[in-house]
Amino acid sequence: MSVNKEFVKFDKVDKSYDGKVLVVKDLQLDIAEGEFITMLGPSGSGKTTCLMMLAGFETPTNGEIYLDGNAISSIPPHKRGIGMVFQNYALFPHMTVYENLAFPLRVRKIPKDEADKKIDKALSMVSLQGFAQRMPGQLSGGQQQRVAVARSLVFDPQLVLMDEPLGALDKNLRESMQYEIKHIHESIGVTVVYVTHDQSEALTMSNRIAVFNDGKVQQLSSPDELYEKPVNSFVAEFIGENNTFAGEVSDISGGKCKVKLANADILANPISVKGKGERTTVSIRPERALINPTDKMDNIHKGKIEEVIYHGDHTRVRINLLGNSEFILKVPNSSSNLDIKLGNEIKIGWNSDDARALDPK
Amino acid sequence: MSSETKQILTTDGIPLEVSLKKAEKKNKIKAFLLVAPLLLFIIITYVFPIGDMLMRSVDDKMVTEMLPKTFKSMEKWDGEDLPPEEVFEAFYFDFQKLIEEEREGKLSTQLNYTKNGFKSIIKKLRRKSKSFEEGNYKEQIMSVHRRWADVEYWRAIKRRAPAYTYQKYLKGVDMYENEKGEIINVPEDRRVHRILWLRTLEIAFFVTVFCFLMAYPIAHLLATLPMKYSNLLMICVLLPFWTSLLVRTASWMILLQQQGIVNDFFVMIGLVSDDNRLEMMFNKTGSYVAMTQILLPFMVLPLYSVMKTISPSLMRAGKSLGGTPFVAFWKVYFPLTIPGIGAGCLLVFILAIGYYITPALVGGASGTLISNQIAFHMKSTLDWSFASAMGLMLLSGVLVIYWLYNKLVGIDNIKLG
Repeated sequence: MSVNKEFVKFDKVDKSYDGKVLVVKDLQLDIAEGEFITMLGPSGSGKTTCLMMLAGFETPTNGEIYLDGNAISSIPPHKRGIGMVFQNYALFPHMTVYENLAFPLRVRKIPKDEADKKIDKALSMVSLQGFAQRMPGQLSGGQQQRVAVARSLVFDPQLVLMDEPLGALDKNLRESMQYEIKHIHESIGVTVVYVTHDQSEALTMSNRIAVFNDGKVQQLSSPDELYEKPVNSFVAEFIGENNTFAGEVSDISGGKCKVKLANADILANPISVKGKGERTTVSIRPERALINPTDKMDNIHKGKIEEVIYHGDHTRVRINLLGNSEFILKVPNSSSNLDIKLGNEIKIGWNSDDARALDPK
Repeated sequence: MSSETKQILTTDGIPLEVSLKKAEKKNKIKAFLLVAPLLLFIIITYVFPIGDMLMRSVDDKMVTEMLPKTFKSMEKWDGEDLPPEEVFEAFYFDFQKLIEEEREGKLSTQLNYTKNGFKSIIKKLRRKSKSFEEGNYKEQIMSVHRRWADVEYWRAIKRRAPAYTYQKYLKGVDMYENEKGEIINVPEDRRVHRILWLRTLEIAFFVTVFCFLMAYPIAHLLATLPMKYSNLLMICVLLPFWTSLLVRTASWMILLQQQGIVNDFFVMIGLVSDDNRLEMMFNKTGSYVAMTQILLPFMVLPLYSVMKTISPSLMRAGKSLGGTPFVAFWKVYFPLTIPGIGAGCLLVFILAIGYYITPALVGGASGTLISNQIAFHMKSTLDWSFASAMGLMLLSGVLVIYWLYNKLVGIDNIKLG
């Protein structure tokens, strides 16, 4: 059985609320069947709007959305058969957990014994057996969240939308729920479109991530690619930590470029620069720069330690390097640690491959 | 288990409970002093008058005090035949005392309430009693007028013996206690109060229904519109609320009268002919229209405050789970607004049931309510005890509704804002 690569298709979708500002611009996005795709972006980037258009609560101003090959813009939300988990769970507070889960089955006129089986199955999926007769108000935030997930899946939708479902939970619970949702997705193979502004959530859960900014998808790729190979400085900045140098390309040849900074030159990997004289922002991940490099690295510079912050498993070191006083290094906490002390001058090195010359900010 | 029952001591060795009470005492006194003025105000202006009303409605001491000896001597009388001589004698001495104090007129008024015909025979007795001889008062009194020889009149006097009476309450529901002590309905052509009670309930009920039907969509709109529009709409709802009740009622008079604006408009669009203008005032229609408009904010505000707390994502959830907009509304939104509906309906119904000015001005004869009747007895007939009795019946009616509501919906579920 071949997987439908265009199970959900946004085709040239624009959205404007007031006729003046486009919150979603020319969105072109294909989602494969069974995929876990995350829309990631800062607030106001248009990601939730996209989700609402898919759910049917907003209509695209222009363009069309296809679900399994059918245009759905004119189909009202209740006929789309899409499960949805809302930001604040949106459990019906006057119904028990059982009644909440029975709601989508009842409106579909599924016989009671069959519905009961489905509800049992959904509750066991989120390990909430025995909670059927509780009211949502008697449950903890995490449990309510699980009920919301179970309710969105109980009627076997092919597509489930999740709108920042973990936003209200505390950090530990959020992490364990991330794995739980991921496992549910893996076990039943439903297509999930997940919206979040939390990058670590996006990285741990998704097959692919669409990074939104300014109404546009900045990059659509797998988590590792997104982190390792950001295509522009917004993505590099938004995903993970990032050290940057702003400069001008002075030479470009053989898959490398030379970037002229205020008082030095560095070698970088040209990603979005084409020729000499272009302005660029060079991005280096903190863990790709090493102290006292032993390997033969093509960028080695001296910097002064300005701040040392102990983080348990690693130490963050802020260094003034080539005029950038915000250069961050992550040093793993091993016994062979070098003398990282405030005010010391140290050598820093990195490979030009890991220094990505992107568009100027 | 034993550790739970064991008394816990503070570090200084004082029992914890004692220490806690001591620490909280100051705060309690402070809190009490803060509410004391209001408490005093409520006692003086609310609890005391209601207590006074209750006393007044059952108070029947007047005759009891005027004829103390008579009633004492009547205790032994079985009421079958004419009372014995000693009753007549006691009555004669009581009566002489009243003449001295010039209070016999009041007695005649009071006894006349109980039975018609006392006025003239008391007047006559007063005249004749001056020349009474000592002894055999029975013969002498009976010879004054033949009614004095009628056992019915003596029974009527005996009925006034107790210092307390529930007669006014019976009168409030068009009943009375006859000579034999049976409680019976007044003749059909004289039943006025029952009609008024029923009409009051009917008007209050329908006003509540109309208010609910109109307020629900408005409140929903208020709760869901963007702030700048909802503020404007809120002012539109509240503006009449801030206008004087009298002004609003008077405006309805201008609108609804036969030569009024509404009738003019109907004639203009040809809905009714000029010589057949609708009567919308001085009848029930007038009361319905004006009271619904005036009481509308009391329905809108509790509904609005409840709807404001219902997250729009609940309706969305209902729809995304496959419910049609109607199902999502009926199964999800509506049940969540019930506390507001309860609060609004209770508020409007209770206000409507005791409404006074509006029905007095636009209700006419067929649109007046029980409160208008109470006012009538307060101001015109000066039968304050009857007015008090009806007032208390109204109050207990409200309490019954409140109790019923508590049984059905639960008062904890109520939300006023």
